[in-house]
Amino acid sequence: MNEPPRWLDEDAGPVVRPYALIRGRTRTSGEAFDLMAIVSIVGDPESYDLEPEQLLILRAARNPITVADVAVELDLPVGVVRVLLGDLRDHGLISVTSPSEKGPRPNERILKEVINGLRAL
Amino acid sequence: MDSVLSEDPVALKILIAGGFGVGKTTLVGAISEIRPLRTEEVLSDRGVGVDDLDGVEAKTTTTVAMDFGRITIREGLVVYLFGTPGQERFWFMWDELSYGALGAVVIADTRRLTDCFPSVDYFEQRGTPFVVAVNCFDGADRHSVDDVRIALDLDDDVPVLLCDVRRRTSAKEVMVTLVEHSLRTMTSAN
Repeated sequence: MNEPPRWLDEDAGPVVRPYALIRGRTRTSGEAFDLMAIVSIVGDPESYDLEPEQLLILRAARNPITVADVAVELDLPVGVVRVLLGDLRDHGLISVTSPSEKGPRPNERILKEVINGLRAL
Repeated sequence: MDSVLSEDPVALKILIAGGFGVGKTTLVGAISEIRPLRTEEVLSDRGVGVDDLDGVEAKTTTTVAMDFGRITIREGLVVYLFGTPGQERFWFMWDELSYGALGAVVIADTRRLTDCFPSVDYFEQRGTPFVVAVNCFDGADRHSVDDVRIALDLDDDVPVLLCDVRRRTSAKEVMVTLVEHSLRTMTSAN
């Protein structure tokens, strides 16, 4: 994918509209990530010049974390987070595993565990 | 950092639906740590006619804050609650939200029972397991569960229960009823 030239620099000031973070893009290069997709770190970020928000994502994903949780942790709209995640994935730094890739439905044992867990709350 | 997901995490999704002001936020808050999830969607044709777009033709996305709750069952097993936006203009978000959902709670207010018709229709058509939780507001008529079932024309296997979404024990009962229903639906389909 050809990246458009960067236009955002320090002169933009500290207040950055969410979509400025992702240079106005509203879509990732691939499919949209499910809110319940699991983000895991798979690469070494040292060799990349990353945005602060992307570093925050990598920090949040030290343990596998859902896309929805990343959005809440960073307090950014889901659409913005999806684009940031797409860039990180394209760099080979993270994997994003959607629930459908792991089988269609949770099994009986898991649901019974959930029922017992809810009762114990 | 309170991440609880580890090696092979399971993240389950439950939707909380119902009309505007029916108690969705209260239910999510009664049983989980509630945090706002900011989302935004492209305004579809369905938004046109409801949103006045005259003069703002360039605006094609809208930001919506959803109620978002997380219940940790154990490390690596987390249930996520999503309060679906009540207004009809946000219906276009539902397809994504309901994809892969374990099930849904439709909260009903007997004073405005028609408000939950769209939710019931939606989950019936999607084949998403759901329960109807009749929120007993102060002063509200305590319609019998059977009356609500008839009024909503529900299938016999759809659980209907009375609840007070402000109370944690009641919220728990609603969630347990839903997951038990999802389990029954799953095992009978196999």
